[in-house]
Amino acid sequence: MTDLNIVALVSVGAHPTSGRPRRAEQDARAVELGLCLAGERLQVLHAGDPQQDALRAYLGMGLDQITVLEQPANSDALPVLVDYLADSNAQLVLTGSQAETGEGSGMLPFLLAEQLGWPLVVGLAAVEQVNNGMAQVLQALPRGQRRRLQVRLPFVACVDNAAPTARQSAFGPARRGLLSAEEVALVADPLFANAQLQPARPRPKRLKVIKAKTGAERMKAATAKASGGGGQVLKDVSPQAGAEAIFKLLLEEGVLR
Amino acid sequence: MSDIIRRDPRAEWIARNRLHPLHAALQKVEASWMGPNGVIRKNPHAQGFIGPNGLKRIDRSGSQQGGSQKRSAANAVVQLPLHIIEQPAFYIAVVPDMVGGRLSAHDKDLLGLAHKLAGADGAVLAVVFGEHKESAFDCNGVDRLLQFDAEGFDGYAPEARVLALGAVERQLTPRHWLLPDSRTGGGELGRRLAAKLGERPATRVWQVADGIASGRAGAGREDLVQQAPRLILAAVECAEPVSETRHEVRPLALSEALVSHLPRIQDLGAVAVDPAQIPMAEAEFILSGGNGVKDWALFHQAAAALGATEGASRVAVDDGFMGRERQVGASGIWVTARVYVAVGISGAIQHLQGIGACDKVVAINLDPTCDMIKRADLSVIGESAAILQALIERVAAHRQGAERDAA
Repeated sequence: MTDLNIVALVSVGAHPTSGRPRRAEQDARAVELGLCLAGERLQVLHAGDPQQDALRAYLGMGLDQITVLEQPANSDALPVLVDYLADSNAQLVLTGSQAETGEGSGMLPFLLAEQLGWPLVVGLAAVEQVNNGMAQVLQALPRGQRRRLQVRLPFVACVDNAAPTARQSAFGPARRGLLSAEEVALVADPLFANAQLQPARPRPKRLKVIKAKTGAERMKAATAKASGGGGQVLKDVSPQAGAEAIFKLLLEEGVLR
Repeated sequence: MSDIIRRDPRAEWIARNRLHPLHAALQKVEASWMGPNGVIRKNPHAQGFIGPNGLKRIDRSGSQQGGSQKRSAANAVVQLPLHIIEQPAFYIAVVPDMVGGRLSAHDKDLLGLAHKLAGADGAVLAVVFGEHKESAFDCNGVDRLLQFDAEGFDGYAPEARVLALGAVERQLTPRHWLLPDSRTGGGELGRRLAAKLGERPATRVWQVADGIASGRAGAGREDLVQQAPRLILAAVECAEPVSETRHEVRPLALSEALVSHLPRIQDLGAVAVDPAQIPMAEAEFILSGGNGVKDWALFHQAAAALGATEGASRVAVDDGFMGRERQVGASGIWVTARVYVAVGISGAIQHLQGIGACDKVVAINLDPTCDMIKRADLSVIGESAAILQALIERVAAHRQGAERDAA
């Protein structure tokens, strides 16, 4: 556990099937990571409606209170968050990678970092150590890989599915916790003036288009077996020569670490 | 090939048979065509041949048409028409992911979308960082290629890349920026660029038609439909890749030098991850064993030495050498590795289906005629145990050499 001042930003999610409000999956992971790092001292921040019951699911993870910057729907959360965070003593701001409702573009952490002038780490998996105002963190890469980064404090980090799984929310603490609302200036979001949301339909699978001019070509394309297409075959070589060729390919592809 | 003219009875037969699919291809000269008024014109001189006594003969048996053509073993690769943009009216900038130094399927879709947005007047500009291994930029619709030198962009350097893209923006002012909305870098770089340029991007876009961009919103239950903004982060299969034209990959350079900056994020390098912990479906490098592997201890040792995730064919799993969760193929796991090394696997069709998404396949096998060899990019014919042993030694020597260099 470190003695960082950590703020986690949370939003209200939507159940993937029913669409009911719930705690957002990735934001819950951000809170979980914050709880692992800072324990009791984790601050959780939300911009939106303080009466929203789904926020209590975060309180049920063991938080005393959530600060809510009170805003109606369809207003811009960015300026109020920037103002709040610039005045706070936060050293690490944790967010999920995209919201489950509304636009969900995933731009918020990037814009926050840009406007606060802080560095941004994408896909934070763990914070290893903090000293002299520098943090050494692990970043999650696709295909299960990890990368070690050194970043200057304070910074913004967004987590994805590689972060620790969120703990279960308990009912009692969720009822007892406090949602403390704060009055902020209202800024409208211009997005929906010229964009609309439509229910999404599953996209059709892409068909394999065969551009054959004659029946024989179509027949060939339909019945063709997997063909090499110029694969290199090493025959009658010593095992050492064969291994050397394979080694060269592995090195070229950059899979040997 | 000798110059003796040989008869090809099959070709003659095809030339006679007007219902055969190849009939048209074996006709010699165009004897009739559609005239400008829509009337069929015929060239009576085109048909027939001059006989030995100087008279024109018309042979309708088909032997003349079929036999006169020389058979060539491999017909030449079709040369696609070249799409030339001399003075582009505007640019459509694409920043491909270039996973492993090559265009991924996602990048190709994106170039197809860029080509659609560019139309006839615009040029598609691809911005590539560092070295690449791609040789098919021309067939994938790159009109201009801007390549930045590797220095400064090695490893994880998103801030340097955004600065470089900012320089491109100042100099060329592309009409659209297109980036892949992928986890392999494009999504992050695109959002950083959007924050830098102050543009509101359209994300997870799956279609751009008539200037309207549709992209997934929220958790994917809704679509956001809006006027296509300047910066588009497109999902996979956002458009069909370019397939009918060739493009001149004309190199482009920036006139101003890039400003250096002090990176706030420092890359300390990749962390060793236990390859056995990586889920097989998303492992990058898989060493897979089959019926031809006799020494399984050596196989596990090789996987550990190479740092590869282990896989197996159905036979190896049925025989109890590997767990069921390691089976690759139609009834096991469909893998997406970049490099797949198949040791002693002959390549049943179910197995080949499972490795359909793999980039590079290496086969080690005794049988030079098996299907896996036909699929593989590199095959070594020989005893697997000896080759694996040699490979372990070669990798160990390489690792030692690297350590000595570091010390």
